[in-house]
Amino acid sequence: MQDYQSSLGNAESRKFETFSYLPTLTADQMRVQIQYIVDKGWNPSVEHTEPQHAAGSYWYMWKLPMFGETDVDAILQEIENCHTAHPDNHVRLLGLDNFAQCAGTSMVIYRGQTV
Amino acid sequence: MAKVYDAGVKDYRDTYWMPDYTPLETDILACFKVTPQEGVPREEIAAAVAAESSTGTWTTVWTDLLTDLDHYKGRAYAIEDVPGDDTCFYAFVAYPIDLFEEGSVVNVMTSLVGNVFGFKALRALRLEDIRFPIAYVMTCNGPPQGIQMERDILNKYGRPLLGCTIKPKLGLSAKNYGRACYEGLRGGLDFTKDDENINSQPFMRWRARFDFVQEAIEKAEAETGERKGHYLNVTAPTSDEMMKRAEYAKEIGSPIIMHDYITGGWSANTQLAQWCQDNGMLLHIHRAMHAVLDRNPHHGIHFRVLAKILRLSGGDHLHSGTVVGKLEGDREATLGWIDIMRDSFIKEDRSRGIFFDQDWGSMPGVIPVASGGIHVWHMPALVNIFGDDSCLQFGGGTLGHPWGNAAGAAANRVAVEACVEARNSGRELEKEGKDILTSAAKHSPELAIAMETWKEIKFEFDTVDKIDAAHK
Repeated sequence: MQDYQSSLGNAESRKFETFSYLPTLTADQMRVQIQYIVDKGWNPSVEHTEPQHAAGSYWYMWKLPMFGETDVDAILQEIENCHTAHPDNHVRLLGLDNFAQCAGTSMVIYRGQTV
Repeated sequence: MAKVYDAGVKDYRDTYWMPDYTPLETDILACFKVTPQEGVPREEIAAAVAAESSTGTWTTVWTDLLTDLDHYKGRAYAIEDVPGDDTCFYAFVAYPIDLFEEGSVVNVMTSLVGNVFGFKALRALRLEDIRFPIAYVMTCNGPPQGIQMERDILNKYGRPLLGCTIKPKLGLSAKNYGRACYEGLRGGLDFTKDDENINSQPFMRWRARFDFVQEAIEKAEAETGERKGHYLNVTAPTSDEMMKRAEYAKEIGSPIIMHDYITGGWSANTQLAQWCQDNGMLLHIHRAMHAVLDRNPHHGIHFRVLAKILRLSGGDHLHSGTVVGKLEGDREATLGWIDIMRDSFIKEDRSRGIFFDQDWGSMPGVIPVASGGIHVWHMPALVNIFGDDSCLQFGGGTLGHPWGNAAGAAANRVAVEACVEARNSGRELEKEGKDILTSAAKHSPELAIAMETWKEIKFEFDTVDKIDAAHK
């Protein structure tokens, strides 16, 4: 029998939706997930926020969504650029599905200091 | 020339069998599986079904001549053999749209599955499918929010939603019940669910349950940083009481409520769905009593029809069967009605039991809910069968974890995310499921124990209601 480690007081308990219950994706695994977004025909979009405001629907867009971008390296580069400019913020990548008018997927790639 | 009144009994087929009729775009079309009494010709029976489910009665009446029956009557326009079964045949009937009140599945079904199902000339009758014309669809309110809105409200993208029905289904006090919800939600579930039997019994009145469960949700949200909900069942003895409970759920901040649309009734369901749309609430729909109607291959109403009824009446989630769990459900047929619930246009496809093209226009889709005897070993198959726009619900498969609900929930959450990650990487989930789960379990002791606990449990019984195909 093992205790389930989670509490209000421990910021490590905060989760970040899809893939946040898995170990952090390796660089190779991340490339594969970005390729999946591209293959689906979704538009990559990078967003970031101060950790204390992570609960809201709207994070800051890092530039405009990368409409039509299919180069995984270019997408990774923008994620890096966002992280470099905002090293204390959470950074997430969305795949925007314009037919569904909804994100097809979303994953947090960099975590700031969680609160 | 005007008709002359001629009292007496006429053959139904003289009026209602029209093999040369081409259905209109606006007609409501129905496919019935008809098992006749011996010796009655198929055309006569098909015509009788059309008559008894529309304008006809057993004898000519003088008031027939006060209207234009040729405009209003149902028309039996085709007959087909049922593959692999000589005891019955398919009869196709077209109903003019003017026969029905706008926006009322109650009215449509009262005609189509009314008296005709007790007709003596039939040994059995089953409504296999209905084509609702887009003109009729547009008169219905439909799902309160729809799939995309639900994702945006709850901030869940790129994976199936994860739920758990609280057990034991009867007998917990409100505070103990809220504890069970809290543990599941903090472990990583998106939703917990009232069992359908839970309404407002003496052991747990509805209002106490709502209060404790809402506290559970709020604490789990603060703890995990994720948005969560619990399907508060507002099914009640009267629709006034139902609305009272719905209003209270909204007042305390619950994002979602629940209704049993068959036992609760379609009139109440349609009312509740419209209220949910007006009040920004999600609506989870349970389907108690469906198997009474849909399981017998020769008599009743097929579930694909009940699913269409729900989409028109309104609901954001609907239980759809699991294919792999403890409850009945043929795989191809299930895939067919999952499409009917979610897609905007579904092509006729007899291999999935779909008899008509169905155009839903802009009506939102319904999320299929897989629930009933599923556990973590089923996860790869479930993700493959249902895809992202689904809700996978593990009751015993969460609460039965040796370390409790939070660990059980975490096990399922890790498993679903591992399956999504693998699927996105191009791996074949049903073939490689064991590897995928085993490697995910290396980082999750909760998953490892869950896999050990349920490794032997299977539900491999043959399906009773199969797709009609030449089995012989």
